[in-house]
Amino acid sequence: MLESVLVANRGEIARRVIRTVRRMGIRAIAVYSEADADLPFVREADEAVLLGPPPPARSYLDAEAVIGAARRTGASAIHPGYGFLAENASFAARVMAEGLIWIGPPPPAIEQMGDKISARNLMEQAGVPVAAGSREPVTDAAAAQAEAGRLGYPVMIKAAAGGGGIGMSAAANAAELRAGFETARSRAERFFGNPAILLERYIEHARHVEVQILGLADGRVVALGERDCSVQRRHQKVAEETPSPGITPGLRHRMQAAAVRAGEAVGYRGAGTVECLVDTAAHDFVFLEMNTRLQVEHPVTELVTGIDLVEQQLLIAAGQPVSFDPLAVTVSGHAIELRVYAEDPRRFLPSPGVIAEWTEPAGPGIRVDAGYAAGNEVTTFYDPLLAKLCVHRGSREEALALAAEAVSAFVITGPKTNLPFLAELLESSEFTSGAYDTSVIARLRPAPG
Amino acid sequence: MAEIRAEMVANVWKVVASEGDQVHDGDTLVILESMKMEIPVLAEGDGILTKLAVAEGDVIQEGDLIAVIG
Repeated sequence: MLESVLVANRGEIARRVIRTVRRMGIRAIAVYSEADADLPFVREADEAVLLGPPPPARSYLDAEAVIGAARRTGASAIHPGYGFLAENASFAARVMAEGLIWIGPPPPAIEQMGDKISARNLMEQAGVPVAAGSREPVTDAAAAQAEAGRLGYPVMIKAAAGGGGIGMSAAANAAELRAGFETARSRAERFFGNPAILLERYIEHARHVEVQILGLADGRVVALGERDCSVQRRHQKVAEETPSPGITPGLRHRMQAAAVRAGEAVGYRGAGTVECLVDTAAHDFVFLEMNTRLQVEHPVTELVTGIDLVEQQLLIAAGQPVSFDPLAVTVSGHAIELRVYAEDPRRFLPSPGVIAEWTEPAGPGIRVDAGYAAGNEVTTFYDPLLAKLCVHRGSREEALALAAEAVSAFVITGPKTNLPFLAELLESSEFTSGAYDTSVIARLRPAPG
Repeated sequence: MAEIRAEMVANVWKVVASEGDQVHDGDTLVILESMKMEIPVLAEGDGILTKLAVAEGDVIQEGDLIAVIG
């Protein structure tokens, strides 16, 4: 087994990975920026190394600084968490070239799935359904108009190298496409260093449902159920649940089979997620993208399967069998995750600041993956995720009731948080009915004017 | 005359308008950035942009003056 793992991330996910690493008797090494020196993950690791100043480019995204920290501490493996360097194929290759174990998929799999256009083309060849869309990058506004004409409006404009919903927008007509295309290009260039854009036919009433897969050390790929991530603001997830209340057993079965084919097509190893859009009217699905890393919302899968996904990542990276029988995975009960963000609950605008009080809910069926504690400062440098509040009960109704109790028991003062919004979501008939789609927040918070 | 002030702590990513510009309600004046999010600051009403109090790269606090439309 591995002797030590350097966790190249921060906040809640660093803390969560460190927890499993230490439980397995492996030495956990944290790395941190000057802004994060007081956060719980730094304290809870066996060893912690300062990477550099707060801006991500000079700390968590600085590959040389991370590799240097691994060398100095004699780390045997690197776990990248999500975001930052997690889906950077050249960083993964660099880690391996240093003689370290990369806790993630093979670099070529990251690369093939990292470009949305190549991923779509590859999936289509593998027999995974994709939405009508671009087979090559759309380079200018005129080409975009021609492509949209071929696909038919409305279309979705996306950055080929993108993620996190950045630069993504829907266009209902040529004028919206002109504006959206320019914005998408400038953001793609700025955030991802690659201005390539693709267009896809937009599905108006869709659920966002994803399948968790694990590529085992022996080459098999298994699916561990789905997560419904349709509750989103600005194309970013706010709440997730499993099982999805919006798909039939038949559709679930087809999606899991497609996700396994997707993983097999790229020789996948470790934890990955195949994201799909489910057309609620047509009861059908298309491949959206594959995330070649541990997903933020992985805890809901862990709660209903009883499988620690980080443990499986470590076992697979060490070339060992997983801790469960891949042919006998069962899903028990219902789990919901609510993302607690440092943002105002009306307009969802960022709200940094020093945390005065932090009291987490606790009790049977409640799990809180938190990145902060009282006294910590939430800065403007990183994303606004403070904690993930997860609940697990026998049925969806019971899980909803427990979630509402847990939200009201969660006290955070200092920065504004979206806890009041989460309480509202749990009371909304659209969410509680289960018959919601990706526009549920837009309906709860109509744009002014 | 209308003052536009910051609603939150943020970094000034881009200054889109210039002092002396004729601006219209809803025009983007400045784009702020905080917690990996871009936040456009919009003109609230028509007029001349008489003052632009921020520059690209500035860190501004809640309540700081961003612009004045006369």
